[in-house]
Amino acid sequence: MKQLLKLIVNGEDHQIYAEPASTLQSVLRNELHLTGTKRGCSTGYCGACTVLLDGKAVKSCLILAFQTEGKDICTVEGLAENGELGTLQKAFVDGFAVQCGFCTPGMLMSAKALLNENPHPSEEDVKEAIIGNLCRCTGYKKIVESIQEAARQ
Amino acid sequence: MKPVTLEEACKLLPTLNREGKLLSGGQSLVPLLQQRLISPKYLIDLKGISEIDYIRENSDSLSIGAITTERAIETSTLIKSRFPLLAEAAHSIGAIQIRNWGTIGGNLAHADPDGDFGPALWALGAKVIITSINGQREIPLDKFFMNYFESAIESDEILSEVVIPYPPQRSGGIYHKEVIRAGGRGISSMAVMVTLNKNDEVKQAKIVLGCQSRVPIRAVQTEKLAVGRNLNANMKDLEEVIATEADPSVDVLGSIEYKAHLVKVIVRHALPEAIKRAKAT
Repeated sequence: MKQLLKLIVNGEDHQIYAEPASTLQSVLRNELHLTGTKRGCSTGYCGACTVLLDGKAVKSCLILAFQTEGKDICTVEGLAENGELGTLQKAFVDGFAVQCGFCTPGMLMSAKALLNENPHPSEEDVKEAIIGNLCRCTGYKKIVESIQEAARQ
Repeated sequence: MKPVTLEEACKLLPTLNREGKLLSGGQSLVPLLQQRLISPKYLIDLKGISEIDYIRENSDSLSIGAITTERAIETSTLIKSRFPLLAEAAHSIGAIQIRNWGTIGGNLAHADPDGDFGPALWALGAKVIITSINGQREIPLDKFFMNYFESAIESDEILSEVVIPYPPQRSGGIYHKEVIRAGGRGISSMAVMVTLNKNDEVKQAKIVLGCQSRVPIRAVQTEKLAVGRNLNANMKDLEEVIATEADPSVDVLGSIEYKAHLVKVIVRHALPEAIKRAKAT
């Protein structure tokens, strides 16, 4: 039976009815239509569904939406600054870090979490932070460079 | 259901007719739910029970509350300095996103034969505290794993705390896992804990193998052989014995022969490293 779910996503309050076992990912995409968060493997391997919970990266396919009530949820849509692409997003575009683009939202969110904790990461720190994000175009080099470039800005 | 105290959760369990399932970080449970491998009637969310979220120093041990995240354990300066083996095991779990939400209690209770905390905590001589409406009981890690994905926790009980004794002087440990890709499933893992005598020889060793076919395995024969060895000792015979103590299963990650071989390679590096660390303390 559906129950009332109260979420704070990208600074906005939302009230929706959802099944208790709904994942955060399905609620974000299917109920809130925030389709930037991708559905990849749904088993926690690929990281395409990565979002931030209170500033920390998590995989939204592995978390029940009801566990995230009261937490500050940030999706890739929340990275925009005044309707324009945010610093990280611009760095990805300028650095050619996007190939097919499927992993990009997840990569951006893992990068955001890293920069929240560590504003000046080394190359190793960046690689460590995106271990949980698969890019099957294997464009990792440009992704790592772009995250470092965003950190410099 | 979202109890906010341990007592509330304990009282709830017996009323659910064994149709409830405890949910902590859900990093293993949620995929099982999504794939309909399990479909419990009730989910009891333990994440809101803040009283079991802590890392606490006692006079002779360290206590970790069940819903403490793997990331909190991995990054704790106290754990990194006193129990590097445990911090390494925490770091070995999945990716950072998993560790930010997954908990030590959930990890252990899932009793995954590929789990990282099991071998590490067993080598450290840890025990878990189990709470129910009937009170508390302790289970040492060597009595915890019963079978494939099966622990010694009964259906109305909750794993509430992990207690790790401080190791004796001149002790050192290491946790090592071999993976195909960082963050992926382990092919073979090992926790080694040694205590040295004043001649820098192994006085006592504890070696626990992970990624085995059903449960973690303590390599008792290998431990006996390790006694008396120092950093320069030849370990060839030990490698042969540990390969016979391992019980890996064949899967997509490798054959039984390959996995047994990996155990030899890991012990070749892990045992000297544990001795080095013990000497450095």
